Amino acid sequence: MTMTAQSCDSGTGPVGLRWETVCRLDRLQPGRGVAALLGGRQVALFRLPGAFGDEGADDVNSVVYAIDNIDPCSGAAVLSRGIVGDRNGQPVVASPIYKQAFSLLTGRCLDDPAQEVEVHKVRVVDGWIQVELS
Amino acid sequence: MNTKTLVIVGHGMVGHRLVEAMRSRDEAGQWRIVVFGQESRPAYDRVSLSSYFEGASEGELSLVADDVRRDQAVELRLGARVVAVDRDAQTVRTASGQTRGYDTLVLATGSYPFVPPVPGRDLPGCFVYRTLDDLDAIRTAAEAAVARGDPGRRSGVVVGGGLLGLEAARALRLLGLSPHVVEIAPRLMPVQVDEGGGALLRRLVEDLDVAVRCGVSVQSIAKGPRGRGLVAALSDGIELDADVVVFSAGIRPFDQLARAMGLPVGERGGVLVNDYCRTADERIYAIGECAAIAVRGAVGGVGRTYGLVAPGYAMAEVVADRLLGGGATVTAADLDTSTKLKLLGVDVASFGDAHASTRGALEVVINDPVAGSYQKLVVSDDAKTLLGGILVGDASRYATLRSLMGSKLPADPVAMIAPGGVAVGADELPDSAQICSCNAVTKGTLRAAIAKGAHDVPALKACTKAGTTCGSCLPTLKLLLKQSGVTVSKAVCEHFACSRQELFQIVAGTGIQTFSELVARYGSGRGCDICKPAVASILASTGACGSHILDGEQATLQDTNDHFLANLQRNGTYSVIPRIPGGEITPEGLIAIGEIARDFKLYTKITGGQRIDMFGARVEQLPAIWRRLVDAGFESGHAYGKALRTVKSCVGTDWCRYGVQDSVSMAILLELRYRGLRSPHKLKSAVSGCARECAEARSKDFGVIATEAGWNLYVCGNGGFRPRHADLLAADLGTETLVRTIDRFLMFYIRTADRLQRTAPWLEAMEGGLDHLREVIMDDKLGICAELDAAMARHVAGYSDEWRGVLEDPVKLARFNSFVNAPGTPDPTVEFVDRRGQRVPVGYDRGSQRVLISGPTLQVAGK
Ligand code: SRM
Ligand SMILES: Cc1cc2nc3c(=O)[nH]c(=O)nc-3n(C[C@H](O)[C@H](O)[C@H](O)COP(=O)(O)OP(=O)(O)OC[C@H]3O[C@@H](n4cnc5c(N)ncnc54)[C@H](O)[C@@H]3O)c2cc1C
Ligand code: SF4
Ligand code: FES
Repeated sequence: MTMTAQSCDSGTGPVGLRWETVCRLDRLQPGRGVAALLGGRQVALFRLPGAFGDEGADDVNSVVYAIDNIDPCSGAAVLSRGIVGDRNGQPVVASPIYKQAFSLLTGRCLDDPAQEVEVHKVRVVDGWIQVELS
Repeated sequence: MNTKTLVIVGHGMVGHRLVEAMRSRDEAGQWRIVVFGQESRPAYDRVSLSSYFEGASEGELSLVADDVRRDQAVELRLGARVVAVDRDAQTVRTASGQTRGYDTLVLATGSYPFVPPVPGRDLPGCFVYRTLDDLDAIRTAAEAAVARGDPGRRSGVVVGGGLLGLEAARALRLLGLSPHVVEIAPRLMPVQVDEGGGALLRRLVEDLDVAVRCGVSVQSIAKGPRGRGLVAALSDGIELDADVVVFSAGIRPFDQLARAMGLPVGERGGVLVNDYCRTADERIYAIGECAAIAVRGAVGGVGRTYGLVAPGYAMAEVVADRLLGGGATVTAADLDTSTKLKLLGVDVASFGDAHASTRGALEVVINDPVAGSYQKLVVSDDAKTLLGGILVGDASRYATLRSLMGSKLPADPVAMIAPGGVAVGADELPDSAQICSCNAVTKGTLRAAIAKGAHDVPALKACTKAGTTCGSCLPTLKLLLKQSGVTVSKAVCEHFACSRQELFQIVAGTGIQTFSELVARYGSGRGCDICKPAVASILASTGACGSHILDGEQATLQDTNDHFLANLQRNGTYSVIPRIPGGEITPEGLIAIGEIARDFKLYTKITGGQRIDMFGARVEQLPAIWRRLVDAGFESGHAYGKALRTVKSCVGTDWCRYGVQDSVSMAILLELRYRGLRSPHKLKSAVSGCARECAEARSKDFGVIATEAGWNLYVCGNGGFRPRHADLLAADLGTETLVRTIDRFLMFYIRTADRLQRTAPWLEAMEGGLDHLREVIMDDKLGICAELDAAMARHVAGYSDEWRGVLEDPVKLARFNSFVNAPGTPDPTVEFVDRRGQRVPVGYDRGSQRVLISGPTLQVAGK
């Protein structure tokens, strides 16, 4: 998985793996995203109302996904503001700038194979969302 | 092999059809073609000439495709009038003295307008109506008249009330003149229409604000008093003022060349030719309007000319066949003289033996003056075979009836024209029935093309040419496609198999209020960035759910622009556009915007929509900016929404010395009425205070132009990617009717358009076009106007400012955060540079992922 030039630059982040607590699950509206700032890195979190497998689904009906927030096609930090949905059953977010769809499972851009964003592991502990950062 | 030279004189519609027919059939390259055309332009669609005044460009009217332009075997000489032919030497000579040899010569010189020999017919201001140059000249004169400063209405006189005269009258109306048609015969369109039809036609034409005088002739034209305009004196003693006079009193075949070289001509003019268009000289042919086809069995030079394009095309095809060794002849069926008047708002059609001149022919007439419909069929003496007919007021049966001509009627003739009578569908037509008479395309040919894969109208046009001339067969083409079971996918996206229009019906009919229920019951999967905003728009316009677009689940459906009620920019910041109704703003308003922009360091620009855009706001700044805007009395401008954008205005009567109505008040009234209205695509409007049109209303989805008597309403125009001028829907409306008509127009559009289909393509795709639209929203043909009115009343009553709604609701406000775990921290990737004293985003090179230090710099003069 390649990383965008900008995420490489954010050298202030912690080294090694670590679960970082972000916010309470109920801050996220099902079907929409938010941005989080995690050690200088921008992450987009999305809460979907269940049904797409069960990774990370602590809350009864929710799944939370995390990918990098910067849209590699425009360079703007906006993926958290895209519309979420599915392409052939695969959960995706559409960049609000030029509308390319990114898989929430793999980070791959389904409209431009040259583009990709990093995917982060998410879990919900006692109603708190945590993201694993590398 | 020796190539032979074919010289064609005249590059009009028929001459060009011969070029095309030759080039598509002459596979062996036997002929090289030289065309001499007297006009400065290559062949164009003369049939659609009048659409030039409705915004069709020269390019759109051109008939010459790129492959013909590049064709080495065709030589086109424009602006070259042939003045002499030497039949012995087999050469032609042009006015400039060029000569050219031919093996075969084809005359395709068309006709010229007949101008009756009245005194004054050569005065400046007198025109004919035949070429694009004529139309340019008429436009210039009309514009000069309209722009003149003196009071009073500007008028035009059209001499001749035939098909072309009525087209010319309408053109004058479009140019802002009040037209007056003078016809010597006792009724309009005397050639095509009988007395009964003529009476109704007159009433319908007068309803379009065209004055009509029948049974009188123009005696003279003179200069007007004080040298302004013209005065036309009529045979009944009346004098009409005119800024422009257009002669449209018939046409005469251009047969001078033939006369000069001693070829026989018909007794009423036209180059006499046999049944395959050859003249008395075996090397010379004549086709199109200049040819007179010898009447079989008649003695001497009795020939008949045809003033329509379809017979001319048939002649061109026959000559091409002959020159390539075939044996084709023109038959009576090729020489179809059906006519459908293209005059907007008046349906008139006549076809076949309209005046029942066949021996023993019977006439069946249904005349309903109240409904404004006159329908006549002419049938054979046994009432079984259709020979012709006249339809006035309602020509919806024209396409079917015309294609039934000459064949057995499928039902009793009375039932076929009675209101609510038998509807003959295209499936009852025999394969031999001609569907497109302009291009002689039969139902059989069309069915074969569909079977071979032509699955939509453009494909059918391309491979059969049907529908490419007058367009009156287009509804039948669509019907044939439908009957062949061709289904064009109208699915919104992978999650909904139905079209937006069907989704709208489902939501309106079931009362479903959420996307999740809709997708669960009528779709599949989770939705996407295509169907979610489409459904959000439908929910907003049906008022099916909560009053604010960010209420509940609806918030998740909105595009980022709607979600943050601002326009996303390339660097992730937003622009803010408050509503400035009609473009009118107080000094205090200007100061407030200036102060807010200064305090938040926003870049400011005057938009193309007569308001002010402030750029560079970060998500978390939006509520604070709007707090101040709302306090200063501003509301959301919906620049982010597929919704009403702006209603532009010009200054109008308050200040302008030419204004005839208060355009600013009207623009404000309309903008306030429709603000917040969500629609399939954005909606724009403008109101101009007089025909000078400073507000550019005719480039808008709905545009209003003031007249002395009220308001003209134009619909379905836009600028943008494919500019289109709006069409006149109705003239001289009072304010109440104007507003009611716009209400219905907008609601009908919202209900029936496709996703992201603006009003212009919506109208273009509408069966029946503008006439249908007018019938639906002005005559209530579908009986839905009460519903449309009620829907708009609900919208108007339910409007509230979206931004105020956000500021008053802490749940909605909470979304305007940069980071969920660090609210208020600005996005670190957003950086600005200075540009002419304001801030703009640091440049970003799209695609290469390189962050530029600054965008490309422009040299600005004086800096
Ligand atoms: C700000 C403005 C340019 C300016 O600085 O003057 C503008 C800016 C944009 N226009 Fe426009 N248009 C602006 C007037 C126009 C006009 C002129 C007018 O309205 O009189 C037109 C041509 C008239 C028309 O629409 O018929 C115009 C035709 C378009 C089109 C092409 C529409 C079409 O049917 O082809 C688009 C693309 C679209 O909507 O899909 C577009 C889209 C856009 C977008 C929204 C592109 C985007 O998605 O980001 C631009 C947003 C910039 C921003 O963030 O604010 N803009 N745009 C104007 C805002 C007017 C306002 O006050 O609301
Ligand atoms: C406003 C209008 C509306 C119409 N509407 C319809 C309709 O709805 N349906 C319909 O069927 N028909 C309609 N017509 C008629 C139709 O346009 C004509 O039948 C058709 O154009 C005839 O084609 P043509 O090639 O014979 O003549 P034209 O198209 O007139 O072409 C002849 C060309 O030859 C040129 N020419 C003449 N003499 C010379 C010379 N000596 N040397 C070189 N060039 C020469 C002329 O300048 C002209 O360009 C309409 C016509 C007009 C003006
Ligand atoms: S013309 Fe293009 S660049 Fe200019 S504002 Fe409109 S959309 Fe943007
Ligand atoms: S009938 Fe005129 S284009 Fe088909």
